[in-house]
Amino acid sequence: MLDPVLIVNAIVSGLLLGCLYAIASMGLAVSFGMLDVVNIAHPAMMVLASFVIAGLCSQSGLDPLLTALLVAPAFGFLGVGLYRVYHHFFEQSGDEAMQGLAFFFGLMILIEVSLVLIYGADQRWVETSYGGHTLSLGPVDLPLRMLLPAMMSLACIGALFVWLRRSFTGRAVAAVAQDRDALRFLAINPIRIKAVAFGISVALAAIAAGCLIVVQPVDAHSGHVFIGRILAIVILAGLGSLPGTLVAALLFGVIENLAATLWGPAWSPAVAFGLLLAVLTVRPQGIFGGAHT
Amino acid sequence: MSRLLRFHLGLAATGIVLIFALRLIGNDYAWYTGYVILQYVLLSVAWNVLAGYAGYVNFGTAAFFATGAYTTILLTKSLNLDLVLCVLAAGLISGGLGLAVGWLTLRLRGVYFSIATLSLAVVLQTLVVNWSYAGGSSGAYTMRPQGNNLFGNYSEFLFVLMLVLALGAIAAAAWIERSRLGMGLAAIRDDERAAAAAGVPTLRLKLIATAISGAMMGMAGAPLPYYASYLNPEAAFSLTYTINTMAMTLIGGTQSWVGPVIGAVLLSALQQGATVTISSAGNLLIVGGVLILFVMLAPKGILGLVQASRGKGGAA
Repeated sequence: MLDPVLIVNAIVSGLLLGCLYAIASMGLAVSFGMLDVVNIAHPAMMVLASFVIAGLCSQSGLDPLLTALLVAPAFGFLGVGLYRVYHHFFEQSGDEAMQGLAFFFGLMILIEVSLVLIYGADQRWVETSYGGHTLSLGPVDLPLRMLLPAMMSLACIGALFVWLRRSFTGRAVAAVAQDRDALRFLAINPIRIKAVAFGISVALAAIAAGCLIVVQPVDAHSGHVFIGRILAIVILAGLGSLPGTLVAALLFGVIENLAATLWGPAWSPAVAFGLLLAVLTVRPQGIFGGAHT
Repeated sequence: MSRLLRFHLGLAATGIVLIFALRLIGNDYAWYTGYVILQYVLLSVAWNVLAGYAGYVNFGTAAFFATGAYTTILLTKSLNLDLVLCVLAAGLISGGLGLAVGWLTLRLRGVYFSIATLSLAVVLQTLVVNWSYAGGSSGAYTMRPQGNNLFGNYSEFLFVLMLVLALGAIAAAAWIERSRLGMGLAAIRDDERAAAAAGVPTLRLKLIATAISGAMMGMAGAPLPYYASYLNPEAAFSLTYTINTMAMTLIGGTQSWVGPVIGAVLLSALQQGATVTISSAGNLLIVGGVLILFVMLAPKGILGLVQASRGKGGAA
């Protein structure tokens, strides 16, 4: 017998979880969807950032969400450098299909193994003052450890949208996704714009990392489950559609949480990847995507 | 024809020499090391059928490999089937799996196929973890027979089985390279649209390649339960198989079957040494680092380096 309160709570916490997935996917939506750089190391970078944030917080006592904002620019610069390397070795020679994929795959392994070697296989987490508190709206529970990261994620996504619409560089990023050569006519260097955008995608991974470490403990291999989730979300949304990515992430969180409530949490990875396979089969251009191949 | 015959005789002779050389060493560790190296030769040659010949990256090596291993576990448990028959069944099932995944995603751009194979590994692992008959998350034990009719020592039997599979895969890969299938795949790798426009049945050829590659990987995994005696999903679906296979092939060179063989022998021999001297995590760090260096600095692998130096030598 299904308890309606249980279902409503599953949906609400699924939405909160969906906000975390949204910020985690948004970076990949920028790199994979807009720049056509298939960065499968994105979740590994997120895990790396959460280890860094956990380390900083345990030393300074700062809040992890705040620390994430402080760490994000550093990761952004790392991303710019990484794109320069990727462009030099792979994009320029047209080898990005196989060699570029192998490059990011190797990078993912390097990050994971280094974390295991340095920190061991243990889980890392951060104690926050609000971690144990819960806001109750009638029968619906809103744990603060889910609510605050969700709000932070939505705020950052909002800022990203405004930046892409209003600022000159932001509009250039949107333009480079559509027609790289057209930018040259405007005397804008598309490579520089792509480097900035890739930097932003990596900075978003750092912000997602701050949200992640508040929501759950993280270990070196936490990225694996996220690869499927965020690729599924980005593809489900239709590559490059950022509002679509937000909607798809929320939907995804709800479906996964309902599956966990109904059948047990052991099945939730299969839900994510099964949905990805289904989307690839039935509607590879995504729900919100146009005829993008 | 005589060239083909000489090639096959050469392969058979290599196999026989290997068996006798290891008999001279005559301890179990030698058979084990040989088995692991040959297992990676088989996996790399299989991976290259799709990556090197057709240009499609498979991130699901572990999925096909584990499908083979779990086929053996299930068939041994339910029917008590002989290992050789299990290997054949594993080939059929993994080949069918390759066909299914290919049919679902190969009409799309290559990167979608890669992503789908990556997710295939997670879906299958979740299924096995939740499947108590196959041992669930705690794993399954496989009793190893005392000996074998032909070979006194069961470790030797496993080694010879893997040797036959690896040599068979090399022969098949060499055949594909020269056949119409190989030429069609090369056309797809160079420019898929142009190939399709020129009348190459691209989807059918890609499906055949995926099925062959998947079947070989499944066969590589089939003897694993007997080799390891105990197998859990985490070990069978380990990403280590995927990264090793990929690194070995790309380091060796993807242009012909020689590349994966060189890469697999070099890297897995190195790893066998490194696992003893360094930790297994450090081992993986080396593989990842070498992979990145090679794709950046020598994108054609060792084969490419050799060909480049030969070309220069010939010109001078």
